[in-house]
Amino acid sequence: MTNTSRLDEIENRLRAGLLRGLAGDSVAYRAFLKELSTHLRSYFRKRLASLPDEVEDLVQESLIAMHNQRHTYDAKQPLTAWIHAIAKYKLVDLMRRRARHDLLHEPLDDEMEFAVPSDDEASDARRDVAELLGQLPERQRLPIVHTKLEGLSVAETAKLTGMSESAVKVGVHRGLKALAALIGGKK
Amino acid sequence: MKTDDLVTLLATGDIAIQAHTTAKRFSLALGLGVGVAFLMMLGLLGLRPDFPEAIKFPMFWVKLGYAASLAAAALLALVRLSHPGSRLKNAPLGMALPILLMWLLALYTLVDADSAQRQELLFGATWGNCPLLITMLSAPIFLATLWAVRGLAPTHLTQAGAAVGLLSGALGAVVYSLHCPEMGAPFIGTWYLLGMLIPTLIGAALGRTLLRW
Repeated sequence: MTNTSRLDEIENRLRAGLLRGLAGDSVAYRAFLKELSTHLRSYFRKRLASLPDEVEDLVQESLIAMHNQRHTYDAKQPLTAWIHAIAKYKLVDLMRRRARHDLLHEPLDDEMEFAVPSDDEASDARRDVAELLGQLPERQRLPIVHTKLEGLSVAETAKLTGMSESAVKVGVHRGLKALAALIGGKK
Repeated sequence: MKTDDLVTLLATGDIAIQAHTTAKRFSLALGLGVGVAFLMMLGLLGLRPDFPEAIKFPMFWVKLGYAASLAAAALLALVRLSHPGSRLKNAPLGMALPILLMWLLALYTLVDADSAQRQELLFGATWGNCPLLITMLSAPIFLATLWAVRGLAPTHLTQAGAAVGLLSGALGAVVYSLHCPEMGAPFIGTWYLLGMLIPTLIGAALGRTLLRW
């Protein structure tokens, strides 16, 4: 198979998965995110060879970013261009953050890293989800716990927490955003 | 946290999205922003006193069309800049064209005029206020547009900030043109442009800070 047709195949498969997800198909969306995380991991691993500890954090941060902004994908555009633009943006953002941080805190030394796990092996990011969720305020934590971990509907969550349905949706969105920031260690 | 767990978390629950989010967001922001700018113009500056007569002159519409077409090009650029992977394509040309056409018209007017009239055509009576008043009227539009873009996904923050500034500056100029008595192409090609460029530069300078996500 030529390289072009392999890329076309990836584009078509990812795109079909995302579009079905955007229409509400959870199973297709989960498969899409899973394949997406593999691509992101290999993309960041190539570009962060000297910072292997950052790779999984950045994969997770980018996954949340793409999930939260999934409404900005225009179905008329190639999906891989959308993914690549966000991955690059997140990579540059990390570099800027680190450059600022290193100037303030760290001496300039190179560390050698050898054991690099394979791309599709999902490793752990450095911070635990339960611990991170615990740092969010109630109005963000409860909507995420009920709708995303326990699988309740928005309406059920609203009833349970006494929040309005739109407050639940906003809470999930803002909570995921805050979670991404915590994973990236921005706070 | 394991990435697979995060994937499951993200895919659980109501993940469907509503259609036309971008269009709704921009319509709401621009409607609100321009509405506030219009009320500011009415309250603080007032319509030009000769408004009913002025709308009969072609130059009134040329001035309005100049600012409106720049706003349209800036909006097109901004929508593209807010969607990762989209290319600007002909949007920069759309921004350059009204400016060039106005400069051509200005040049023609200046060459055609007596030397005594030229200064009057360029400076009018209000050149000192025009850029700052356009900047002032663009402020509510700037804030509203910023809100709209923050809900999207700009990946070139300086460019996106500049586009926010140009869009709000150009719409501020549209509103200002209902107050402003000036009709000379050299005036419009200079001072209106400067009024639109001030918010553009502010947007470019603040883009990286204000639009980061």
